[in-house]
Amino acid sequence: MSAPHPETWLTPQPGGLFCAPGGLFIDPVRAVERAVITHAHSDHARPGHGAVLASAATLALMRARMGEVGAGRVQQALGWGERLRIGEVTLWLAPAGHVLGSAQVAVEYRGSRVVVSGDYKRQADPTCDAFVPVACDVFVTEATFGLPVFRHPPAEAEIGRLLDSLRTFPERTHVVGCYSLGKTQRLIALLRAAGWDAPIFLHGALAPMCAVYEACGVALGELRPATVAAKAELVGRIVLAPPAAIADRWARRLAEPVVCMASGWMRVRQRARQGGVELPLVISDHADWGELNRTIDEVGAPEIWVTHGSEEALIHEVAKRGVRGRALRLIGYGEEEA
Amino acid sequence: MIAFAALLERLLFTQGRRDKVRLLRRFFASQPDPDRGLALAAIAGELRFASAKAWLIRDLAAARTDPVLFALSYDFVGDLAETVALIWPDATGTAAPPGLADVVAALEHTPKSLLPDLVGGWLDACDAGTRLALLKLVTGGLRVGATGRLARLALAELSEGRASAGDIEEVWHSLAPPYLPLFAWLEGRGPRPDPAEAPVFRPPMLAHPLEPEDIARLDPAALRAEWKWDGIRVQLVATAGGRRLYSRGAEDISAAFPEIVAAMDFRGVLDGELLVVRDGTVAPFADLQQRLNRKSVGAKLLADFPAAVRLYDLLFDGAEDLRALPFDTRRARLEAWFARTRPARMDISELIGFTMMEELAALRDGARAAAVEGLMLKQAASPYLPGRVKGHWWKWKRDPLGVDAVLMYAQRGHGKRSGSYSDYTFGLWRDDGELVPVGKAYFGFTDRELAFLDRWIRDHTTNRFGPVREVEPALVLEIAFDGVQRSTRHKSGVALRFPRIARLRPDKPAAEADRLDVLLQLIP
Repeated sequence: MSAPHPETWLTPQPGGLFCAPGGLFIDPVRAVERAVITHAHSDHARPGHGAVLASAATLALMRARMGEVGAGRVQQALGWGERLRIGEVTLWLAPAGHVLGSAQVAVEYRGSRVVVSGDYKRQADPTCDAFVPVACDVFVTEATFGLPVFRHPPAEAEIGRLLDSLRTFPERTHVVGCYSLGKTQRLIALLRAAGWDAPIFLHGALAPMCAVYEACGVALGELRPATVAAKAELVGRIVLAPPAAIADRWARRLAEPVVCMASGWMRVRQRARQGGVELPLVISDHADWGELNRTIDEVGAPEIWVTHGSEEALIHEVAKRGVRGRALRLIGYGEEEA
Repeated sequence: MIAFAALLERLLFTQGRRDKVRLLRRFFASQPDPDRGLALAAIAGELRFASAKAWLIRDLAAARTDPVLFALSYDFVGDLAETVALIWPDATGTAAPPGLADVVAALEHTPKSLLPDLVGGWLDACDAGTRLALLKLVTGGLRVGATGRLARLALAELSEGRASAGDIEEVWHSLAPPYLPLFAWLEGRGPRPDPAEAPVFRPPMLAHPLEPEDIARLDPAALRAEWKWDGIRVQLVATAGGRRLYSRGAEDISAAFPEIVAAMDFRGVLDGELLVVRDGTVAPFADLQQRLNRKSVGAKLLADFPAAVRLYDLLFDGAEDLRALPFDTRRARLEAWFARTRPARMDISELIGFTMMEELAALRDGARAAAVEGLMLKQAASPYLPGRVKGHWWKWKRDPLGVDAVLMYAQRGHGKRSGSYSDYTFGLWRDDGELVPVGKAYFGFTDRELAFLDRWIRDHTTNRFGPVREVEPALVLEIAFDGVQRSTRHKSGVALRFPRIARLRPDKPAAEADRLDVLLQLIP
């Protein structure tokens, strides 16, 4: 008897991707009884589930964001590669390289394996475990940057541009817009690796996630609150703040701020200008066009399902290599990070 | 090329004028000749390559990329050159990016048929930022928010007091890229380039908008008023070295207006308004537009859209510089000069008699005739000062006209608004109940309104034609504009002058938007 096609047992539903023989959802967008969570970004990890299965770091981040109860009534941490039988399926996690704790979910049922990769990237990131390609029959992928115009330069080079601007405008404060979970900590780690030992100032919204990273063993160096710092103290400094704050009144009280933004979208220059960004930094926690294609080749799946993003171009591209593509068009993803 | 690309990128993202000047200055101070002079020429719009155009970019893209992927990418990015720059495969070989001087020299001498290979080879050696700079340079549209004027301010700073931006403008048109004598002068290594008899551009005196609070402060007796004509400001320069017609932005437009140049049979420098005039009547701006941005002009255009200049100031009478004299004195000299010279295709802008500001206000409000935008007010005692100096000249435009129109189509903007739907086609109701497009607006809204419109358009799309979305006729936009003309290009038969979005009216039912008749009645 041949293995049933995964589309018969893993199906997109309004609540998210549902695995019937396991009785579980993966990254459901509404509260469900049993959920497997790939990573703690708010569009993938929603509060109020019954039982939650995720990596230990993801659970720690979820608890910090939504409280002990909101993160799931029953929480179970699973280590990389640790196999678990749930209902009729076997399930295990592999690192996705997106943010701390981010996982791919491998689900095996009657001889076939689906890997739900969540969000992922292939660029090196000192703050989380690197993506591991897992051979599979169906690879479920994101396509946030699923157009060939998106090619992220090395993040180190982008950090170099930030440091260069600090030298050009030493009397100004450089305020970098970045999301609180993942991007912030990666920027800090990249700055430290580039030799920036000075204190880094944080908008209040960024501090709690940094604390979880440090508790999980990711050293971030000296961090100070930006909100209480005097204007003069911030001259020549780097301030990190959520994207919504950088163009806001909050940033105007800084010393002649140079508004920077760290995001994969910054690759499109004209578009980056729109938000009043002066120094766009192309630093992303998502796979770019090359990484998406390379990953699909490495996992060797004859079929890919695209959860969200620019699925049309990616499906067109893989078809040229004989890979069947299917757009799941899951609603509700891609709202937090880029 | 790399330093030039880095400069363009910083300029593109830098908002403040002062910071832009600083970036330019650093560039000019750090880059060698002739690269810096060529960059200066590119920024000032003085580099044009006749044979390289957008077709070249399209052909290159078609040859090197998957058409489906390219179309999807272009739809997202919105800008052709940027799409090609981003989608182009990254450099794999060891070839170094070309130098700016190599690029300029090669573009000038390479036959059209060899250009695709040449430019393609350059792109292969560049990173994305340099590719974009190269493509913008090749096609002649840098659009990085820097102008010749800004560059000359940076050069003035570079000179450390040896020359002001105005001094540089005076010699500018006697020079050519890569401006070696200019840099030598500014850096104290050479003499001031002598414009001598060259027909150079003189920086014009500009007006400020008249603010309500200014009105009470002005003394009518010390003020002179003229109509503000709806043409383009020009400077006529005729010296022993030649004749030139310059736009306000120092662009040489002589070739497009040969009949004016032919009429400049005198020696002097004059300031005036370029208009299309038929049988003594000034035609609407749309007629003048037929003549603008042309490299040459045929007999039919010359006959159908005859140009004329309405003179309002005399800067040089022969070789004599009058700019330090008060307005009234210059005006007397202008009238005397005109009576003596009687140049064809020119007349003098009339002075409007008045004793009280209230009279002017009434005249301005009544200024609905075609080709009058409002009034110009000038201090009788003011010398002719370069630039926009406060307290001397004011422009007092009439209030804009307005109409409530219905949003019909939206398109992603090019340039900085390529991420959102920011080009709007709007329409008015015809008597038969059909909504007909009357114009397009690209600006006038705040970023918050843009975000609202973008969201609204995505939520109310009924049809898609490539990058254009048709929307449900349900959103009313209050459109401000300066005039209405007949047009054969629009189904409605009318075209608006300078339309912009004054306000969003999501509260107003679309059926209550204005009818086309409202516009038809405004046609002069």
